[in-house]
Amino acid sequence: MTDTKEIQVKEKQEVRTPAEQIKPGPVFSPDVDIFENAHEIVMLADMPGVRSNDLNIDLRENTLTIAGEALPFEGKEEEDIVIEYEIGRFVRQFSLSEVIDQSRIEAKLADGVLRLTLPKVEKAAPRKITVKAA
Amino acid sequence: MMFRRYFGLPDWNFRSQFDEFDRLRRQLELLTEGLPGRTAGRRAGVFPLINLTEDKNNYYVRAELPGVKSDDLDIQATGTTVSLAGDRKIPEESNDAKYHRREREAGKFSRMISLSTEIDPDKVEAGLEDGIMTIKLPKAEKAKPKQIPVK
Repeated sequence: MTDTKEIQVKEKQEVRTPAEQIKPGPVFSPDVDIFENAHEIVMLADMPGVRSNDLNIDLRENTLTIAGEALPFEGKEEEDIVIEYEIGRFVRQFSLSEVIDQSRIEAKLADGVLRLTLPKVEKAAPRKITVKAA
Repeated sequence: MMFRRYFGLPDWNFRSQFDEFDRLRRQLELLTEGLPGRTAGRRAGVFPLINLTEDKNNYYVRAELPGVKSDDLDIQATGTTVSLAGDRKIPEESNDAKYHRREREAGKFSRMISLSTEIDPDKVEAGLEDGIMTIKLPKAEKAKPKQIPVK
């Protein structure tokens, strides 16, 4: 029997934000994977329903904030029968320890998954200084 | 919560004003759910969570499936059910990646939804965009309610 791992249901985590929302509605914390290698820190966040225009990424004073607005889905005439999840904004904040090169941050949003690449500042590579014969 | 509405009959449409109460009630229900003596969750508890809505002519099934590609999603419909199955994959990163957090899950999922009105399986449309799947299921002509003129 092959190993069929089934995904378990995970409810969206609702968070209370310190600042009040202008528009009412729930705010959720997206699930993220964070890993780093020698050159960069990469963050992958599940933000279904968010498009590039509705995504806001902010890095100041070593705090990284990702915020995305998910579009409401219901057409005007639709009536609810079963609602198991809600639509709302996604917000999450992280404090970064490593020094990040802000000019080279890259963000890619595809299929509702945000891939954020934060390159580390390259430490000055040791340079060999050649001595020219005068 | 299942509610059925009959279109065209006089309807007190105060649904929008009570949305906040609805959410509050649901959150309170979630708090008391874990206590002993209460029947276990009202939800199917199966991934993915879906939102089922309808209008006069169609049913709509929506689910949040981030990172799932159309090839990995299999949707089938009969006259009264729609089933969706698939595989969420998380691509492997390079070997020297050191993970600090891993919250996202990958794996297979499958779910079947029964509908109370018959639908036309030949006219079903499904789309997957930005991680949101939308299935539009047109109701079968013979199952739609007919206006009966009163002479």
